[in-house]
Amino acid sequence: MAGKTKISIENLNLYIGKQHILKNVTTRIPEKQITVILGPSGCGKTTLLKSMNRLTDLYSNVKVSGKIMIEGEDILHTDTDITSIRKRMGLLSQRPYPLPMNIFNNVAYGLRISGRKNKMVLRQRVQHYLELVNLWDEVKDRLHDPASSLSIGQQQRLCLARGLSVDPDIILADEPTSALDPISSEVVEKKFFDLKNQYTVVVVTHSLQQARRIADYAIFMYLGEIVEQGEASEFFSNPKQELTKSYIKGLFN
Amino acid sequence: MKFYNITRALRSRLHSSWMLTALIFSLLLPVLLAIGLYLKSAPLLHDQHLFTLLFSKSWKPLSGHFGMYPFIISSLWVTVIALILAGPVCLLSAIHLTQYARPIVLKIMHPVIDILAGIPSVIFGVWGILVIVPFVGNYIGPLLGKHITGYSIFSGGMVLAVMIIPFILNILIEVFRTIPEELTEVTLSLGATRWMVVKHVLLKKAFPGIISAFSLGLSRAFGETIAVLMVVGNVTRIPTGALQPGYPLPALIANNYGEMLSIPRYDSALMFAALVLLVIVILFNIISRYMIHRVEKNI
Repeated sequence: MAGKTKISIENLNLYIGKQHILKNVTTRIPEKQITVILGPSGCGKTTLLKSMNRLTDLYSNVKVSGKIMIEGEDILHTDTDITSIRKRMGLLSQRPYPLPMNIFNNVAYGLRISGRKNKMVLRQRVQHYLELVNLWDEVKDRLHDPASSLSIGQQQRLCLARGLSVDPDIILADEPTSALDPISSEVVEKKFFDLKNQYTVVVVTHSLQQARRIADYAIFMYLGEIVEQGEASEFFSNPKQELTKSYIKGLFN
Repeated sequence: MKFYNITRALRSRLHSSWMLTALIFSLLLPVLLAIGLYLKSAPLLHDQHLFTLLFSKSWKPLSGHFGMYPFIISSLWVTVIALILAGPVCLLSAIHLTQYARPIVLKIMHPVIDILAGIPSVIFGVWGILVIVPFVGNYIGPLLGKHITGYSIFSGGMVLAVMIIPFILNILIEVFRTIPEELTEVTLSLGATRWMVVKHVLLKKAFPGIISAFSLGLSRAFGETIAVLMVVGNVTRIPTGALQPGYPLPALIANNYGEMLSIPRYDSALMFAALVLLVIVILFNIISRYMIHRVEKNI
């Protein structure tokens, strides 16, 4: 694998109640590249993504074993405060979930709770992140309007800006464009390309076309197991497993 | 074939007109009620000024004085105390049940709340007389250096608080449950703690729902009659403190209607009291709708 490993997952097993959701998942997420997790719905890809910043803690009856190492630190067995681990990862969910605040505060919130309260600094930072996601020009005159007044596409870019505001080095995105119109999805997708110079990006998607367009590294999951993974070029042109072949051909979804 | 179509259309028409009738009936009912109450209280309003009726302290039916002020104030006291006691309890319980507790706890609590909501109010009244009134009379009063019987506004408020808890709590649980979990997830991933999520995001998001839950509780408390009547003392006087007895509007109507109606205008005065009750409850609703509207625009 080219590049350094950012996250390495070893023998991750996750149960919710008696259901075995993730089965012996072992993989490496390369640094500053886009890793795409593919698979039909219900295969555990979202759970895998969420376990990377331990949002799976929220589920009741959840049992996790194995290791998730981020730069050498096992986040499943650590004394480090979970909030500081989560802050290193920006999360982008399927549909935009803006905070019940105005546009400015949606981006400023993460900065404020991590202690940056100087008004000038906040303003600069907010503008910086809104520019980064190409939203500044659209909202600069209405920063104090509620975030819910934006269009869905704008909201999703706002959520991306919010996720970036706490200065993470990893971006976790769970089907980030599935609820967006084609133009907004293109903007978000292009953004990922720009971002991978600085960030490690993990994207869950069920769109094969999207995966082909953006992936550097691909992971294919089926029924809680990783069926195949590898460099995107190799993965898409020359899959080894029968299951992967038929999935890529679009034989099932 | 054509005939068949006609009957089908006719039947469909007929059915929808039934539904329309039912709808109109239920919409018209409160209006008719208000008109009826107004007509019944019209003789009194004709004799005396509205302002005097609402703000006069003097309630002497035999001499024709029908000042409602003591009753209105007693009602507001009891209601506000009930809401102050029940509100925080409901809010904290709802947050705990939906955000912190294991799902099984909520599953157990749901029927418990429903049972609480279904207990007849007279039972709450008896419980008030047996437990709350002595508690207030023997402990709370002496604690504040007062010699009282325990039949008081505060006892009424406490009994009412317990009675409205299930209604407020049920709505609040629904309100918090309908907030998408993803909102919690994204806020956590910004480095927030669980408590920050509750304080900065969930409470804000739930605010319109919290207002409507509280205003429903308020309306219920304001109109609740029997349980309050049993513990509140029923003394016609403007209460100056929560430990004094009071005489809320519903208790006035329930205690007196059907008796002494030979006194001129007495019947009309009680109908007017009912009208005041209705108008105040409607006002509560209008205010809470307005607040919800204002809040929703900003989130």
